[in-house]
Amino acid sequence: MGFFLETLIGGLMAGMLYSLVALGFVLIFKASGVFNFAQGAMVLFAALAMARFAEWIPAWLGLQGSYLGTAAAFVIAGAVMFVVAWLVERLVLRHLVNQEGATLLMATLGIAYVLEGVGASVFGDDIYRINVGMPKEPVFLFEGIFPGGLLINKEDFIAALIAAVLVGLLTLFFQKTTTGRALRAVADDHQAAQSIGIPLNRIWVIVWCVAGLVALVAGVIWGSKLGVQFSLSTVALRALPVVILGGLTSIPGAIIGGLIIGVGEKLSEVYLGPMIGGGIEIWFAYQLALVFLLFRPQGLFGEKIIDRV
Amino acid sequence: MLYRENGQFKTSYAADQQIFPIAQDRWAIIGILVFAFVAVPLLVDEYLFRAILIPFLILSLAALGVNILVGYCGQITLGAGAFMAIGAYAAYNFHIRIEGMPLLVSLLLGGFTTAVVGIFFGIPSLRVRGLYLAVATLAAQFFTDWVFLRIPWFTDNSSSGSVSVSNLHVMGWQINNPVSKYLFCLGFLTIFALLAKNMTRSAIGRQWMAIRDMDVAAEVIGIRPLFAKLSAFAVSSFFIGTAGALWGFVHLASWEPAAFSVDRSFQLLFMVIIGGLGSIMGSFFGAAFIVILPIALNQILPVVGDLTGIEISTAGISHAELIIFGGLIVFFLIKEPHGIARLWSTGKEKLRLWPFPH
Amino acid sequence: MSRQIGEVILDLKQVSLSFGGVKALTDISFDVREHEIRAIIGPNGAGKSSMLNVINGVYRPQLGEIILRGQHFSKMNPYKAAKAGISRTFQNIALFKGMNVIDNLMTGRNLKIRSNLIQQAFWWGAARREELAHRAKVEEVIDFLEIQHIRKTPVGRLPYGLQKRVDLGRALAMEPSILLLDEPMAGMNVEEKQDMCRFILDVNDQFGTTIVLIEHDMAVVMDISDRVVVLDYGKKIGDGEPDAVRANPDVISAYLGASH
Repeated sequence: MGFFLETLIGGLMAGMLYSLVALGFVLIFKASGVFNFAQGAMVLFAALAMARFAEWIPAWLGLQGSYLGTAAAFVIAGAVMFVVAWLVERLVLRHLVNQEGATLLMATLGIAYVLEGVGASVFGDDIYRINVGMPKEPVFLFEGIFPGGLLINKEDFIAALIAAVLVGLLTLFFQKTTTGRALRAVADDHQAAQSIGIPLNRIWVIVWCVAGLVALVAGVIWGSKLGVQFSLSTVALRALPVVILGGLTSIPGAIIGGLIIGVGEKLSEVYLGPMIGGGIEIWFAYQLALVFLLFRPQGLFGEKIIDRV
Repeated sequence: MLYRENGQFKTSYAADQQIFPIAQDRWAIIGILVFAFVAVPLLVDEYLFRAILIPFLILSLAALGVNILVGYCGQITLGAGAFMAIGAYAAYNFHIRIEGMPLLVSLLLGGFTTAVVGIFFGIPSLRVRGLYLAVATLAAQFFTDWVFLRIPWFTDNSSSGSVSVSNLHVMGWQINNPVSKYLFCLGFLTIFALLAKNMTRSAIGRQWMAIRDMDVAAEVIGIRPLFAKLSAFAVSSFFIGTAGALWGFVHLASWEPAAFSVDRSFQLLFMVIIGGLGSIMGSFFGAAFIVILPIALNQILPVVGDLTGIEISTAGISHAELIIFGGLIVFFLIKEPHGIARLWSTGKEKLRLWPFPH
Repeated sequence: MSRQIGEVILDLKQVSLSFGGVKALTDISFDVREHEIRAIIGPNGAGKSSMLNVINGVYRPQLGEIILRGQHFSKMNPYKAAKAGISRTFQNIALFKGMNVIDNLMTGRNLKIRSNLIQQAFWWGAARREELAHRAKVEEVIDFLEIQHIRKTPVGRLPYGLQKRVDLGRALAMEPSILLLDEPMAGMNVEEKQDMCRFILDVNDQFGTTIVLIEHDMAVVMDISDRVVVLDYGKKIGDGEPDAVRANPDVISAYLGASH
């Protein structure tokens, strides 16, 4: 029982990271109808920026060992993501308004290549660690209930907390602010939104920027857990089933979908894996998504699409 | 002035329905075929065959398959790499498990097996479309990756799915040097391209395009989406699977599942989008572009580095390749979202009217 | 006119259709006789297009049945409808934008094609013969609709009025016995309307095709149709010959607003 719960919690933690990546997907899809394959590359890019600036800034300013350096690195990495968002809108999206889904998807793949290439040339292509000073020591819980208790990382808890706060803030942002309402209007209908004076281009910059910040948070958490390396950019592919499961346009869907996939992957790997040969994590998520596509294409929380003639 | 259709009057519908209704086009295509079959083997060196021409031919064949599905029937696929893998491993199994199986039959059976699997993975297309379908095809991709890596039966119990074939021959003709491999692939491509062209200009092709353009209207005039979509999946998978079998048998000779990863799927989709969706010609253009670009960059970048005095490391070159490749793709999508084939046909239309454009 | 209006060919019995909780059609019955021109009129949102969509199976009504030449269908689907000789045009033109005019019309011949995929791939035997025979048939439709000059133009490039004509052409290429027209003259100028009227009357007269027509232009409707059904808020409020319908007080109030 203890082992099952540990696996479950491990799955929830992994799922939370998927949720964060999926969140970036959903934000951009909601606001621009673009299926952003570059989200993984953005996570990688943001994490690289964070890792390297956290190294460079203390060296430049002599702030050895202080939180100030880390904070400054975070701010600068955020600024970098803003520049990325602005460039993406300027150089790519603006010129592809009203193109077909497939074309836009390919364009984001192009963006992903560029981001990976630039990231590697500017920040280097080794494995880096991000240390934001999160406590690493494990704690044992419920020792009275299970023999030996449950082994859990404090770091994971803090990460989960951060993710929850982020989601809360985003929800507030979407529901309560003028910009948030404009974003939802754009998501519903580009032309109608434009006709009532919502500046499409600025909205896109904002939403890519927000997605960039979400990517930064995801990158920092991931990087401090597992280190920053190039394979991080493939996380976009791991997060795809999540958005299908949760519904492409739903923020809570992304979160819950991420948790389900995270847990499902871990449980299936541990309990089903040994029977059929292991390594089933990734396709398990996709088969789950496939089942959803067949029986509930709009996902858990998405809106149903009705065809009209 | 030479490219004119003036004076070429058609007196029957048969004449009007030829593949190339304009006489100059017919001559040009005959010229290209003669050049490709006769002159190229005499002129080209081994490196070009191995690095460019053979990959180009095989990937063109795969791109044709992808184009039938994506360009003609409007169903996005990100699983083309997986279908190549299925073709390759299916052909491999037929080849080694059945004594004396002729090479051609093995390859085609690889294609047929892929077609059957393709129909199965096409079923979600009856429920979902667009990007949702793309995810369904990714499911196929990751599942096959896993199958060939982990289930030893499919790969003759070899470790991590790496297999090899040798001693290829068709009716006494040894396919062992670059020239024979090139001719073998060229033959395949020529015949398959003709079949693809015929399908796209007859009833089945119109069914696919009708489903692509307006599926409700297609249903109303009596096109069954089930048949149209699944037949597109089947034909497309047959092409891609055969290409995969050729890729494994003829180009690589020994391979493992990584040769057909999701990157291959993306690459094939790039080809048809850059080449031109819904265009046979476009598949060739796209394949040529994607095959030649990295090689060209690899050659050019060090030279540029030397000229400007900047030392570029090997890693630096591969990074720059990524950036330029990504950048060019975006540039292309912006400048000509309908692909190189559209540039080509616009050019031809202008040429037809030249020098009096009005 | 030479044509003879015949027996009831299409009979709708107590059809009700709703989307979620919204009622689009409530308990509607009417019939269509062979060779007649039957109009469906009504204000916007009255359920006219839904009615056509029920007839050719795009929408499935919750209640009611459709009787086509004595055959009962509680559920029609588009394929069955097409097989039974029903073809239609669309309000918002639903042509295949990536194809040229000939190919659009050739899709209308789809049900009559017998050759299989393999024959078509090799352009062999039956496939080749059929392609030529159907092309000849399609050329007849092209001549009939006077669109010879645009036969090889991609339909996406055509002006609105011509697209409407091609839409009609595709329906005619099916050689239907019943033709459903969803606002064939919407958005046209007077000349284009006259042309379209002429085509509709010619189709009806020369081929004896039964026509069910939705139209907003009252002058046109009253002029060319034999009988008219009036819908309002998904209910039938009038049915009969044009003159009778024009005099019907319910119809007048639906169109002019209720007089209190």
